[in-house]
Amino acid sequence: MSEEPLERRAVISGVGQSAIGRRLGRGELDLTLEACLAAMEDAGLTRDDIDGLSTYPGAGFGPPGFGGPPTPDVQDALRLRLAWHDGGMEGAAQSRAVFSAALAVAAGLARHVLVYRTVTEGSAQGAGGRQSIAGSAGSAGSAGSGGSVPRFGGFLQWSLPFGAASAANWLAMIAQRRVHEFGLTREQLAQIALNGRRNAAGNPKAVYRDPLTLADYLGVRMISTPLCLYDCDAPCDGSTAVVVSHRDYAPDAPKPAVHLHAVGTALRGRPSWDQFDDMTTMAARDAAASMWARSDLGPADVDVAELYDGFSILAMVWLEELGFCGKGESGPFVEGGANIALDGVVPLNTSGGQLSAGRLHGFGLLHEACLQLRGEGGQRQVPGGPEVAVVANGGGPLAGSMVLTRGA
Amino acid sequence: MAYDHAVTASGPPFRLLPRLDDVNRFFWTSGEDGILRFLRCGACEHLIHPPVPRCPYCLAEHPEPAAVSGRATLHSFTVNHQQWFPGADPYVIGLVAIAEQEDVRLTTNVVGCEVDDLAVGMDLEVTFEHHDDVWLPLFGPARGAS
Repeated sequence: MSEEPLERRAVISGVGQSAIGRRLGRGELDLTLEACLAAMEDAGLTRDDIDGLSTYPGAGFGPPGFGGPPTPDVQDALRLRLAWHDGGMEGAAQSRAVFSAALAVAAGLARHVLVYRTVTEGSAQGAGGRQSIAGSAGSAGSAGSGGSVPRFGGFLQWSLPFGAASAANWLAMIAQRRVHEFGLTREQLAQIALNGRRNAAGNPKAVYRDPLTLADYLGVRMISTPLCLYDCDAPCDGSTAVVVSHRDYAPDAPKPAVHLHAVGTALRGRPSWDQFDDMTTMAARDAAASMWARSDLGPADVDVAELYDGFSILAMVWLEELGFCGKGESGPFVEGGANIALDGVVPLNTSGGQLSAGRLHGFGLLHEACLQLRGEGGQRQVPGGPEVAVVANGGGPLAGSMVLTRGA
Repeated sequence: MAYDHAVTASGPPFRLLPRLDDVNRFFWTSGEDGILRFLRCGACEHLIHPPVPRCPYCLAEHPEPAAVSGRATLHSFTVNHQQWFPGADPYVIGLVAIAEQEDVRLTTNVVGCEVDDLAVGMDLEVTFEHHDDVWLPLFGPARGAS
């Protein structure tokens, strides 16, 4: 690579997180401000220093509790004077909010960008359990309300009429295709959930910390074969914030700056849940390849991996596409759990991942990677002083990944 | 996974229907005469799905609906157990690859066979389920297939 990738001008100078819980009964702006204030303090900054603001995706996207507050609400609540601001859903998955912030910093549009991701899906979904992507439309229709049943356009028209009402269904098809092509077993898939739960025991903020056994996993109810309840992440309430700063600030930051080494943003296959060219994989393939092409590091250099596990199968695909094992080999790779344990070859989802720590939608994984690189992992700290972390976000046609390093 | 009794594959008990417009109407009403149709490019003859105004392969304008055989192979499937719709029995969601062009796929329901007999690669053929102004293409075992 002849020119240094511009994202290397950016560091994560601080991280913060609100209270996390299944149902906290607190507003999304309240949670967001708690996380943002914590991140600013961690970075040794005040709101007078913050000149950029970014989120994924912001209000108006997805089902209730998904989007989090829009940037204007957060700007106004903190009376920020912004040089640059951004939000939205299109781009390299949840990590787009971090990548755009880094590029804004690299371009000189801002010096310290506050980036947040807030979910209140736990409260929004209430006691009724996980909802379909159509929200309450299904129950409205099943009540026999005749002509008042909403109809669907856009990409949902190709799945909802057939009861493919959730990403759980769409990704179950990737998992089943892997059963067919690679011999994936439920016992292998279980390792993602079991590993997450083991690690969650060391994370006081994780929403599920009780021990989970293989027998528990195999005995729990199915969601969409071959995916069971423990293959699906846990909706929760919580906010995560990071401060993306210019690397010039790193010597002045109170905590060790986490350097953004390379980002992965590519999407070369069709942007679709069911028309992708290879249904054993997903956009992760393209994001991971583009990330390593921007880096002189490789999978063998990685000390900790925080890989999106909105569903267990996603982490399996990311393990392969990031090069930690060969294509189709993630099943045998995770078997028994030793390779992905805290002292394993690729310590995976060290705070419990979204399956056990809660569905903080990619940003919980980013937060954890920063703590690990700073040596602040507490009971769940990866031994040996990790220097390189990979964070991957997204599933299906959504994918973004990044290499983070301790030190430049 | 195996079931302790024979379960016949079916769709969900309740249908959320597509909103018809000038772009998708041909597809969702195609089953009125029992024939499945996709847009086909007049220049390069590729089938195109979902429908768009220009051929994504060669960028020629005005692809037109064209009949296909209705045959397909099962590319993947899942048995849904989650109660997205209250009271639903498990139902089968299939991903099928169209015989004429395997990179054209439909998410659909597999019907008319036992769940335990579902297998990736099995031969299927279209059957339509009529609701209001929509004919949903579902797929069952191909006649003559074992």
